[in-house]
Amino acid sequence: MQKIKRRDFLKGAAGSVALLSVGVQSQSAEASTAAERGSEHVGILYDSTLCVGCNACMSACKEANDMPPDPTGGSITLDNADDLSENTLNVIKMFVDGNGETKDSAVDGYAFIKRQCLHCVDPGCASACPVSALYKDEHTGIVKYNKNACIGCRYCQVACPYLIPKFEWNDWYPQIVKCQLCDHLIEKGGVSACCSACPTGAALFGKVDDLLKESARRLTMEPGVEYAFPVSSIDAGTVQTHKASEYVPHVYGEHELGGTQVMYMSGVPFDKFGLPDVPKHSYAAIANGIQGTLYKSMVLPAIVFSGLAYFINKHKKMEEAEHDTTNSNEDGGKS
Amino acid sequence: MSEAKPLGGRIFTPTVFVCLLFIGVAGFVLVKRFIYGLGPVSNMSDGYPWGIWIAYDVVVGSAFACGGYVMALMVYVLNKGQYHPLVRPALLASAFGYTLAGVSVFFDIGRYAHAYNLYLPWQMNVHSVMFEVAMCIGTYIFVLWLEFTPAFLERWKQKGLNKLLNKVIFLLIALGVLLPTMHQSSLGSMMILAGYKLDPLWQTPLLPLLFLGTALFMGFAMVIFEGTISSRVYNLGDETSMFAKVSRILYWVIAVWMIVRLHNVFVNGHLGDAFSGSFLGNMFLLENLFLVVGMTIIGSSKFRSSARMLFIAAVLILCAGALYRFNVYLIAFKPGAGFSYFPSWGEQMVTYALIATEIAAYTFFVKYFPVFEVHEPVESNS
Ligand code: SF4
Ligand code: SF4
Ligand code: SF4
Repeated sequence: MQKIKRRDFLKGAAGSVALLSVGVQSQSAEASTAAERGSEHVGILYDSTLCVGCNACMSACKEANDMPPDPTGGSITLDNADDLSENTLNVIKMFVDGNGETKDSAVDGYAFIKRQCLHCVDPGCASACPVSALYKDEHTGIVKYNKNACIGCRYCQVACPYLIPKFEWNDWYPQIVKCQLCDHLIEKGGVSACCSACPTGAALFGKVDDLLKESARRLTMEPGVEYAFPVSSIDAGTVQTHKASEYVPHVYGEHELGGTQVMYMSGVPFDKFGLPDVPKHSYAAIANGIQGTLYKSMVLPAIVFSGLAYFINKHKKMEEAEHDTTNSNEDGGKS
Repeated sequence: MSEAKPLGGRIFTPTVFVCLLFIGVAGFVLVKRFIYGLGPVSNMSDGYPWGIWIAYDVVVGSAFACGGYVMALMVYVLNKGQYHPLVRPALLASAFGYTLAGVSVFFDIGRYAHAYNLYLPWQMNVHSVMFEVAMCIGTYIFVLWLEFTPAFLERWKQKGLNKLLNKVIFLLIALGVLLPTMHQSSLGSMMILAGYKLDPLWQTPLLPLLFLGTALFMGFAMVIFEGTISSRVYNLGDETSMFAKVSRILYWVIAVWMIVRLHNVFVNGHLGDAFSGSFLGNMFLLENLFLVVGMTIIGSSKFRSSARMLFIAAVLILCAGALYRFNVYLIAFKPGAGFSYFPSWGEQMVTYALIATEIAAYTFFVKYFPVFEVHEPVESNS
């Protein structure tokens, strides 16, 4: 008996060490499980320096997606959304500092930002969703929502680093609401409604690879010099001439948490817009690394289970045998 | 097999009436929730999508319900037969705790009628921690009731069935040890996806290990807590010496847990935050204070032999674990952008009602089914 106890103790100790080492391993596991960009992935390059804050994209978005106006700002009939909500998939927000006179200046200036789902390369929301109601389209990379699967658990909201998915809190049978990049228009060969509505090319639709090249080109531009900027869709061929602004030398979404398909360029630092400063590896990859190591194809749980069953059966029999000798109770176990 | 006996006695005690009152009020809140949605009855928001129905009822509640898990682990895996009398009461409390956590999830999820999607192979997301937790908890509720089934069969004198069940029950017990190990650690993994929204004093890849640890020490503490109350209320005789033995194991579980926790915070370079005097820093210190005081009590052989001191230690340790889990899911969860959360009156009522249901149902079960063994504890035989 003494012997068995010691062996069990060693077994338990080995198990705890294994669990501990998982935590350590996860750091290296995250790199190997990270998702990658696909060549057919589409997205949006939003250039804050080109945005004039006309909100044309907001009404276009509502119309294209059949969304009701949001009276948060006051009026009931006029759309006055001041943030994303269950009624608003896309919003233009403004950053203001000091007297707010100079466009795209972090000091005494103002700048616009377009908030919407960023269509992450390794989306936390989709990784979280237990029923694949949020899922990444393999071809386009668009992160879509299927209300027929969603159970309304809201883990996607906890998991999205950009606070994008919204929930219909005041509905008896609610849904999750977020931008799906107008996939219904893209399917028919169109582009996202917000991009076709944008008069300046600030919101530009295209393949992510092309958009990344375009953003690299803009970062080399000489401030104050005139350049051609594509409008609406990068391969539509329409261009406008604008004076280049001074950019923050960073494309938000190029690397953030494994990258996103909607990316931002700006004249003011991104934290001014409340965009989080996040690491390059997605939290989803870290979580998957840990869970993956623990449950490698369910082999580990199976081994643990058989081990447990073996010991329990043995100990139960021993206990019953002991019991039979001490009490002469007729319904004891078999010996 | 078991010498447990139904305790008998009045079913409708004043306690039960108070419980029914809570359940009535909560029923009203829930009717409103199912007609008008979650918004009108709760303070949850897009920033705090989970409130106390998840953080307390599921995350803390399921840890309180880990008594069945740790006792099965002790008695059947580590072969500590002398604790056998503690198994059945612990199992019963666990069965109720987990079942009501499941009920709470049903109130909480928005699209409950679509829950069957969890069982459609083409919808399952096996990479989702939530999927794993849902599956494990769902199965475990079932397993817990099967583990408790011998009590029903004894009461209804189904000897044949009982013998049959006894042949396969080792498989159930094995599941009853494996499933909580999996989902209790996964409840920790779940918040890794929250990323920067969870304060760095709590956010770590070790969350699964730390959650498993809290499940263990809260499970042990709960066995002492419930056992002490039951032996007082139902005059079961003095079980202090058995609880004292449990508390010695508990001592080491907490010691290891605290070393891992503090080492982790130190290595991640956040020990300074803990002493910065900030609200969250103080929360961290409070967790550890509860544990240190609890440990000091059960570490002293004098205090260990006092039923009252053991009970106080158990309460402190339960508070520590509950606070740790609350911190991870709500208090240290900071989505930013002006969001804040404090449970609404309605949310609180539903949670109180779930606790009340647990108490009322537990008191009924121990009177009607053979759960407790009424005699002096069996002394160790090795
Ligand atoms: S931004 Fe949020 S909602 Fe959009 S894909 Fe990324 S994680 Fe999902
Ligand atoms: S709320 Fe719906 S979409 Fe979001 S994680 Fe839960 S099931 Fe998936
Ligand atoms: S892509 Fe479509 S849904 Fe998304 S913000 Fe633009 S218009 Fe709205």
